[in-house]
Amino acid sequence: MVEDFRLIELKDITKVFTDADAEKVALDHLNLYIRKREFVTLLGPSGCGKTTMLRLIAGFDTPTSGEILINGKDVSAIPPYQRQVNTVFQRYALFPHLNVADNIAFGLNIKKMDRAVIEKKVAAMLELVGLSGYQKRKVTSLSGGEQQRIAIARALVNEPEVLLLDEPLGALDLKKRKEMQIELKNMQQQLGITFIYVTHDQEEALTMSDTVVVMSGGRIQQIGKPQDVYNEPKNHFVADFIGESNIFPGVMIKDELVRLGNLEMDCVDKGFAPNEPIEIVIRPEDIYMVNPEHAQITGIVESVVFKGVHYEMMIRDTQDHLWMVQDTTFREAGASVGLIIRPEDIHIMKLMEA
Amino acid sequence: MKRAVKNIYMGLLLVFLYAPILVMIVLSFNSGKSRGNITGFSFRWYIELFQNEQILQALYNTIVIAVLAALLATAIGTLASVGIYALKRKPQALVLNITYLPIVNPEIVTGISLMILYLFMQLELGFFTMLLSHIAFNIPYVIFSVLPRLRQMDSNLYEAALDLGASPLYALRKVILPEIMPGVVTGALMAFTMSIDDFIISYFTSSGVQNLSIYVYSSAKRGIEPTVYALSTLMFVTVLTLLLILNRRSARERSAAKV
Amino acid sequence: MKFKTRFFAYPYLIWMVIFTLAPIALIVYYAFTDKSGAFTLANLTSALDPAYMGVLWRSVGLAFLCTVICLVLAYPAAYILSRRKNGGVLSVLFMLPMWMNFLLRTYSWMTLLENTGLINTLLQAMGLSTVTFLYNANAVLLGMVYNYLPFMILPILTALQKIDHSYIEAAQDLGASPARVFLKVILPMSVPGIISGVTMVFMPAVTTFVISRLLGGSHFMLFGDLIEQQFLTSGNWNLGSMMSLFMMAIMLVSMAIMNRFGGDTEGRGLI
Repeated sequence: MVEDFRLIELKDITKVFTDADAEKVALDHLNLYIRKREFVTLLGPSGCGKTTMLRLIAGFDTPTSGEILINGKDVSAIPPYQRQVNTVFQRYALFPHLNVADNIAFGLNIKKMDRAVIEKKVAAMLELVGLSGYQKRKVTSLSGGEQQRIAIARALVNEPEVLLLDEPLGALDLKKRKEMQIELKNMQQQLGITFIYVTHDQEEALTMSDTVVVMSGGRIQQIGKPQDVYNEPKNHFVADFIGESNIFPGVMIKDELVRLGNLEMDCVDKGFAPNEPIEIVIRPEDIYMVNPEHAQITGIVESVVFKGVHYEMMIRDTQDHLWMVQDTTFREAGASVGLIIRPEDIHIMKLMEA
Repeated sequence: MKRAVKNIYMGLLLVFLYAPILVMIVLSFNSGKSRGNITGFSFRWYIELFQNEQILQALYNTIVIAVLAALLATAIGTLASVGIYALKRKPQALVLNITYLPIVNPEIVTGISLMILYLFMQLELGFFTMLLSHIAFNIPYVIFSVLPRLRQMDSNLYEAALDLGASPLYALRKVILPEIMPGVVTGALMAFTMSIDDFIISYFTSSGVQNLSIYVYSSAKRGIEPTVYALSTLMFVTVLTLLLILNRRSARERSAAKV
Repeated sequence: MKFKTRFFAYPYLIWMVIFTLAPIALIVYYAFTDKSGAFTLANLTSALDPAYMGVLWRSVGLAFLCTVICLVLAYPAAYILSRRKNGGVLSVLFMLPMWMNFLLRTYSWMTLLENTGLINTLLQAMGLSTVTFLYNANAVLLGMVYNYLPFMILPILTALQKIDHSYIEAAQDLGASPARVFLKVILPMSVPGIISGVTMVFMPAVTTFVISRLLGGSHFMLFGDLIEQQFLTSGNWNLGSMMSLFMMAIMLVSMAIMNRFGGDTEGRGLI
């Protein structure tokens, strides 16, 4: 299980890329620590700085300012080939001129290990990734999923303290991706290695991680367990990026009472200033549809989409708020419906600073 | 009718292009010295060719310089390509534009400017300066044949090697070099061919030391010698062979690229 | 950072400064100084002397004429090659002489044209009087055309081969006669090939000194010969450097024109 020891610490990291005349701030005064045996996912849209962060830890880039500590030691001056960290690349980066065994043995050969030991380790790794007997295959002849496994084996055989994975499943189809998610999680627990996993797929992040780091615009928006990030998004960006959300501006009247337009609702949040403007987040699956006469909110169904497990309905209430509601019962467009929200399903967020 | 006109036109052009070469090849086997009369078949001029110390020395210079220049230019140019590839956009464009200069500059200007450089540096013109010049004009050809290969390469390969513990030199040797090898070999062959073929730059940057082209030029100024026909025939065959190899390679690469 | 690959370029960057930039800087330096090393524009004035300018114009004129002749000869050949099914083998035949050492190509014409050469021997055999072919402008022009013709065929052929046949079919479908198809579709689409062919012939033709020396004799001067003379015979490096700058200027102007008309750089092999 996750230990308390802070294996990696990023302290006040800023990374600015300069190309020609333009300057781009990829990471903006960012702080983060990663514990031993933790499965951490860096989640965010493309351009949010998640891959940059991974490259800084791997050592391919150096931060413009700030420190990176691995095992408590500053690694700024240490090149990638001397770091106890290995990477699985997005497009695998297998060496096309080497066969499967030589690809996996690449790092071991550099350490000048005994041939017999290398062969054993390679075979063991191939077994771990489920590709026993693939030693002599050409890597160019493998399928995407197989190449992916070889890339993982090539990194893991070096017994790194930390494995960095840069959208490793991005190129696989949905079914393969789900399989690999489970396998990766199992491998991580079995080997007890710290994983830092970069993805833009929120479902993947929520499924696999111990800790999710939501990033946007070079900043960390929220760090937390998957459940917390989902249920208690800290700000508009997180609420919007992870899952579907109804987000409305409101006012906190006092502890545990919030006002949306002219509607007052009980909630469980406290610690806000009286009459502080806030944002209200309600997940579409947390809204119950009832008869209008028993409801907190009444409205008209504007559209209905069948989503397989449930229907997704857009409902406009009497205050002109547009709600997204997911429910297994079908209401046709034009129908008048009532909505009820339980106090514990209402989540209050502080306004994002501009 | 139209087709006949086309064929006659193409035929005449080919006669124009090949007549002088064929005449030379035929005359190289002529037993007499006259260019007007064919007096009989003989290897006389080939034998004389290989007994002519001056020609043999020129042949030696040509080959040694071509081999050394091709090897050194390939080494410097390949390393340079890897470095240039890693440069940012603007400095890369600048370096490539300067690299391009020797290719587009009139050869006579390149030759003369190098000659001035050597005299300025107080180097005595000769074998060594000719070698330096050949390396100089070969490097751009190597760079422009290696660079496209690097651009085709997955840029993560080098990082993956470092990530697995390879030092930059180890990664260059074991990962980058095998990937760009076809470009490197093509570049080397091209450098060798250019070097064998060069006259103008060699002429200005070597005083007294002759390669075959310089020998041909100086003997042409004196008047025509049938040994030069023999020499031409041999050089023509050599360049032809090199070209066939180069062509084979590029055809293979093209078909490999399609797969 | 120690592991950045751009460090591999450093040996070459030093080389480039010494062997590409420094020589050009030296030419510029000599062009604008006198024998004592003081700044002067005297070389410019000398180089603009009518006698030298006459040679420059002769070089430009001859190179221009050579380019036109090459174009007229090459275009039909390239066109025929591009429509042939067995064009591949045939075009290799046309390209081959390009790879023969140009000294040898020139040497071979001396053999044919000299007073006791093959052509004159044939003329005598037919009872005609001999003709002095060598050592005049026509011999130099012939040598140039012979040397540079393949450089014109290749880029035009490449451009013609790249034309998608459906354009031609579309034009025919719209009722264009063969002549109109050629004038309105094929010719305009091959212009990039023509432009790069023109540069590939004009540039070396205007700077040559070997062809003129061997086929034109020591009295028939082109601008290249003039430059060679300044450095190797007269020892006037300053004037020679200024003339070299003229030549580079011609090169730059030709390149600019070519870029402007969208020259087809692919036809130039490596470049």
